[in-house]
Amino acid sequence: MAHRDFCKMISRSKPGPGDGGKTGSWRVLRPILHTEKCIPVKAGKKACFNCWLYCPDCVVTKTIPPTIDLEYCKGCGICAEECPADAIDMVAEDTFSTEEK
Amino acid sequence: MHIIESGNVAAATGVKLSRAQVIAAYPITPQTPLTEKLSEFVESQELDAQYIPVESEHSAMAVCIAASTAGARAFTATSANGLLYMNEQLHWAVGARLPVVMCVANRGIGAPWTVWNDQQDSMSQRDVGWIQLYANDHQQIIDSVIKAFRLAQSVSIPVMVCYDGYLLSHTYMPFELPGQEQVDAFLPSFTPEHFLNPDEPGNFNTVTLPDTRAGVDGTVEPGYIEIRHNLHEDLRGALEVYGDIDAEYEKGCGRGGTPFIEQYRCDDAECVAVAIGSLSYQLRDVIDILREEGLRVGVMSVQMYRPFPDGAIVEALAGRKSVIVFEKALSYGNQGPLYADIKAALYSRGDRPPIQNYILGLGGREIKTSQLLDALKESCSAIEAFDDTPRWIGLKL
Amino acid sequence: MAEKTTIVNLTEEEFVHPGNRACSGCGLSIVYRMGLKALGKNTILVVPPSCLTVLQGLYPVASTRLPCVNVTFASTGAAASGVRGAMKALNKNDVNVVAWAGDGGTGDIGIQALSGACERGEEIIYICYDNEAYMNTGVQRSGTTPQGVLTTTTPIHGKLQTKKDVPAIIAAHGIDYVATASAAYPVDFYDKVKKATTITGPKYIHVLTPCPPGWGFETRYTIKVGKLAVETGLFDLYEIDKGEFRLTGASKKLLGKERKPVSEYFKTQGRFKSLNGDIVDTVQRQVDAKWQAYALESA
Repeated sequence: MAHRDFCKMISRSKPGPGDGGKTGSWRVLRPILHTEKCIPVKAGKKACFNCWLYCPDCVVTKTIPPTIDLEYCKGCGICAEECPADAIDMVAEDTFSTEEK
Repeated sequence: MHIIESGNVAAATGVKLSRAQVIAAYPITPQTPLTEKLSEFVESQELDAQYIPVESEHSAMAVCIAASTAGARAFTATSANGLLYMNEQLHWAVGARLPVVMCVANRGIGAPWTVWNDQQDSMSQRDVGWIQLYANDHQQIIDSVIKAFRLAQSVSIPVMVCYDGYLLSHTYMPFELPGQEQVDAFLPSFTPEHFLNPDEPGNFNTVTLPDTRAGVDGTVEPGYIEIRHNLHEDLRGALEVYGDIDAEYEKGCGRGGTPFIEQYRCDDAECVAVAIGSLSYQLRDVIDILREEGLRVGVMSVQMYRPFPDGAIVEALAGRKSVIVFEKALSYGNQGPLYADIKAALYSRGDRPPIQNYILGLGGREIKTSQLLDALKESCSAIEAFDDTPRWIGLKL
Repeated sequence: MAEKTTIVNLTEEEFVHPGNRACSGCGLSIVYRMGLKALGKNTILVVPPSCLTVLQGLYPVASTRLPCVNVTFASTGAAASGVRGAMKALNKNDVNVVAWAGDGGTGDIGIQALSGACERGEEIIYICYDNEAYMNTGVQRSGTTPQGVLTTTTPIHGKLQTKKDVPAIIAAHGIDYVATASAAYPVDFYDKVKKATTITGPKYIHVLTPCPPGWGFETRYTIKVGKLAVETGLFDLYEIDKGEFRLTGASKKLLGKERKPVSEYFKTQGRFKSLNGDIVDTVQRQVDAKWQAYALESA
C-alpha cells in the first residue's frame, strides 16, 4: 500500500501559558497588595477575593493573602479598583529597580 | 445485485453503504433527490446517521468540517452556486486536512441563472486542493463514492465525487449494488489521529504565523507554508494511494482498473479525444462511426482530475498525431482548464502532440453527436490549423 | 436545592492560561474565565474570528485548556451543530458543545447560521460576548454598536443607527433559554452558564464585555463601566426561561429604585464624546419607558 506517512502537519495548538510572551513586560503600573488591609488576612479565613474574581488574566491566587504572578500580570489595575478595602495600590513600574523586577 | 435507479440515488446509496455518520443537507437543483433519498434512509433507519437540514451550503460544509474535526464521518452534496457559496469552506476543509466527502451534481453557474449541466462549478474549484473524481455513469458514481471515503481517510484530504447534473443525476441506468459486507471490509470505521477530545485538549486551526514558532515544550513547529507544502506533497502522494485503493476495490467486486483515465479504442489511435464525464461516453458513439470510416481514433476520459494524474495522461497521449480536448468549462479569459493542464503536462516532451481545445455544452446547451462527429473529423484532417484559441461548438450566433 | 454561588465557593480550577494576548483589562477575559469554570472539562468549544481567537493564542500555543475548533466567521452556529452531530453519532452525549462568538460574528455575519441552529433545536450553548463593535479588526462599527458611538468606520458623526437587539431576535425563535449577562457581574454570568448546561436544546447567553481600548476608558475601570451600564438601566440582566421573562441580579434590584442617569455612563467613555444632547435625551426617555414597562409587568 502507500509508503508515505500522510498528514504529518496540521495546525493544532497545545495548551500552555505565555502565548503572548511574558506579558508582565506590558506593565506600566504594578499592583502592590498591602496585606494588613486585606479582608481575608484580617478575618483569618476565606472572604472577599474580589481581586481573584475580577482578574482578567488569572494571575491572582485565591490564597490568604492573595499573591500576584508578576511574570504575567498586565497591570490593568482592576484588582486595585475593585478591592473594597483599598488594599492594592498601582505603583509606577519604573520605580522598581532591575533586581526587584 | 443489479438495480435500475438514478445517478442521484446511486450516489445516496453509496453514502449509505459507506456508513456516513453526519450528513449536512441543503437542497439545490439537480442534487435534491440525493439529499431526499438520504433523508429517507435516515428516517427509515436504514442508515444510522445524524441528518442536519442546514440553512445554507456554507453551513452545510461548516457542519461537515466541525463533525469531521470531532471524529465523525461527514458528507454533504451540492451543485453550482451552492458549491460556490461554500467556497471559503472548501479551502478550510482542505487546509484542516479533513476526510470529508461531497458529491457535486455538475451544473452551470449564474449569472445568468441556469440549472442545466456543465462542469464549471467543480472545475472552478480545481485550485482549492480537494481531490476531484469524475464519474462517467451510475456504476462509477456509486463505486467512486465508496472509494472516496476510503481515499479521504487514508490521506486526510477531502474528496468530491462529481457527476453531470440531469445527464447522470436524473437519468436511470442499471448498475451493480455493492454488498454492505464488501463495503464494510473495504471501508473500516476509523478514528483520526487528531480530533476534538476533552481528554486531550488542543486548539485546531488558529492563527498560524508566517514563520515557524516554538510550542510550549520548546519544539519548533511549522508555519503556514510548511503546512500547505505538506498538503501539496500529500496530494501528489494520493495518486499512488488511489491506484492501490482502486486495485483493492476491483479485487473485491471486479469493477475498476481505471482510477485516473479510462480509454476506449485508444491502443492504436492516431487521434485521441479527451473529455470528462458522460460526454466521454457520448464520444464513444462518434469513435465507433469514425472507425467504420477508417479513421484511427479513440476517446479518453479523465477520472481523477485533482491531483492531476500527469503520469497517466502523458503516457496515454504522448506521441499521438493529435489530441482534441472537449470541455464543458472554461478558465475565462484564457482556455479550457483541462486543455491547459494537459498541454502543460506534455510541454517538456519532444513527442508532444498538437492539441486543440473545444468548448461546448455550457448552461446545458445540447451536444449533438453530429456536432462531435464534425469537430473530430475536421480536427483529424486539419491538424496544422490547431491553435491555442478554444473553438466553440453549438453557438447559435 | 443547589448551593448559592459565591466568590468564596467558586472553583479555583482555571481553564485559561495567563500570558495570553488579550488586551490589559479585557472584559472578555473575565467572562471567558468564568464561563469555562461553569462549563468544566467535558466541553468542546467552537470559535470564529474574534478577539477570542487572539486570546486563545497563535499556533502552536493554546491559552485554553479545553478542545476547540476555529471556524470561519459566518459559520459558528452551523459548526456547533456539526460538533453536536458528531457527538451524537459517536455516543458522546454528555459533552458540552459551546460556541463563543463576538457581536459581529453573532448578530451580523453569523446570524444566519445561529438562526438555523436555533430553529433546528440544536443541543448547543451559544455565548455572544458583546463589546459593541468589530474590536479584533480595530474597532469598526457592528450591528450592536449603540447609536452615536465613534468607531473607525463612524469616525466623525458616530453610528447613525441604534443597537440591534440580538437577544430579542434569538428569543423570537422560541428556544428555551435566552439570557443576558455582564462582565461586571461574573457570578451572575457563571450561574447562567451553569444553568444553561442543565437545559436541553439551544441556549443563548448575550454578555456585555466592556473593552478599554475600543470604548475609550482606562483599563482599571472595566468593572465600573460595566456596572454603570446596568445601574443606568441601559443594559439589563435578564433571563427568558421557557418564554417567561425575569430580571436578575443587579437589574432585578433596580426595579422600583432610582436609576443613575444614562449621561453618567456616557461620560466614562471616549467613544461617546461626540454624542449630542438629543441622543442622550432620547436614550434616557427610551430607558425610562422600558423600566416603566418592567414595573408594570412585575406589578
